[in-house]
Amino acid sequence: MRKAHITMLFLLAGLLLAAACGQSQKNAAPTLYQCPMKCEGGKTYPRQINCPVCNMKLQPLTDGPEKKANTAEIPELSIFHLSSEWHTQAGDTVTFRDFQGDILVVVMIYTSCKSACPRLVADMRNIHQKVGRADGIKYIFVSIDPETDTPDRLKEFARKNLLESDEWVFLHGSTDDVREFSNVVAVKYKKISPIDFSHSNIISVFDRNGVLYYQQEGLGVDNKEIVAKIKALRERGR
Amino acid sequence: MTRTCLLLVSWLAMSAGPASGQSSTEMQKITGGTFVPLYGADSAEVHIDDFYLDVYPVTNAQFVDFVRSYPNWRRSQVIRLFADQNYLRTWADDTTLGAGMLPRAPVTYVSWFAAKAYCECLGKRLPTMDEWEYVAMADEKQKDARADSLFNQRIISGYETPDTHIQPVGSTYRNFWGIYDMHGLIWEWTSDFNSVLISGESRKDGDTDRNLFCAAGSVNATDLMNYAAFMRYALRGSIKARYSLRSLGFRCAKDVSE
Repeated sequence: MRKAHITMLFLLAGLLLAAACGQSQKNAAPTLYQCPMKCEGGKTYPRQINCPVCNMKLQPLTDGPEKKANTAEIPELSIFHLSSEWHTQAGDTVTFRDFQGDILVVVMIYTSCKSACPRLVADMRNIHQKVGRADGIKYIFVSIDPETDTPDRLKEFARKNLLESDEWVFLHGSTDDVREFSNVVAVKYKKISPIDFSHSNIISVFDRNGVLYYQQEGLGVDNKEIVAKIKALRERGR
Repeated sequence: MTRTCLLLVSWLAMSAGPASGQSSTEMQKITGGTFVPLYGADSAEVHIDDFYLDVYPVTNAQFVDFVRSYPNWRRSQVIRLFADQNYLRTWADDTTLGAGMLPRAPVTYVSWFAAKAYCECLGKRLPTMDEWEYVAMADEKQKDARADSLFNQRIISGYETPDTHIQPVGSTYRNFWGIYDMHGLIWEWTSDFNSVLISGESRKDGDTDRNLFCAAGSVNATDLMNYAAFMRYALRGSIKARYSLRSLGFRCAKDVSE
């Protein structure tokens, strides 16, 4: 009885662990182990212990082929591997994978910023204008100040800045996920007072598979190159 | 989600013992306080809440257990977004240490993403840079030994000694908090290492290119004499989260829950 109970707990715990540690991983499930003699039928264990019946060492189960296929089409350097969830200014919950098929132009800002961010917003707007036709392109603002920048506040910011059409997306995430994302795009930031942050001024372009394609560094720089890059991606077709 | 991990760990500890799998390093409680780090916020003083910190850096043996349980983090499986080609490069294969590597030596050649995942799987987290620096300013007797020139000298000479990372954890001194190896063994990842807004590339630092960093002018060293700390911040400013470096490892921290 007790053994069965413990086994149940193990299985349950294994599942929970898989959920907890699944972040940022190729496929969330850890290896499961099974007795090579199948003494207990198809029963699996999260750890490589010995079979409780025949005492043989359990063998790892190999991943099913369909699982492999599921991630195979996504390049290794794609941000679609990030499992973090984000809230948009419209109140939707999304992951980066939901943007698959779109070219992404991404910048990290915070809305109470008075110095660089308005210029970054202007830079995004200028790029948007020069690129023209925005179908298949998303312009994304990720807030580095999730405590202040609630989805509602982001919505208000979008409205004030006349960035309300579909191609403009504002993302709110957890402090941890924002930090992780900043590491993916090599943006640095630091909270330097209750209302202010230091941060890098970088606009990143991702291709339709979520792979970083180009980065523009600096404020108010000539955007000829980044515009050309986005157009080139668009010409590549789907 | 972290809580579920915690439950498992405590349950394992009670009923199964630390037989196999990822073993959790003993922690010490650090009493919070206020200090002025080399690079701080506007107000210069930084407040640290109470927290727990691993007594030792994570070891090779512990990391082997981790990748056994989580194949996604094995050398051949890890995806390039989360670790560069140097990840665990000195290992013989996916789950075996290289010849001559000590199981009790700190694990190095690990990326920030891997270090973060490791801690999360134990219901822990990486320490913040300020937390790490707060603990690192202690010598054997004092919470803050930074004014002691001998202490600084010792840290610097540790940085100058080659191959300290191949020694077992616990090789260096036990500090005021009961924590080992803050200096003299390895460099360590922190959760917000990328909040250092110096690039490590002098062409991009300083006044000439403020455009790269907003408000960068407000981030200045409070004590340029603190050369050892300056080296740590410079390293943090120059690395990326995918990097796996020869002498860069980590340890985990945890909040003190009410």
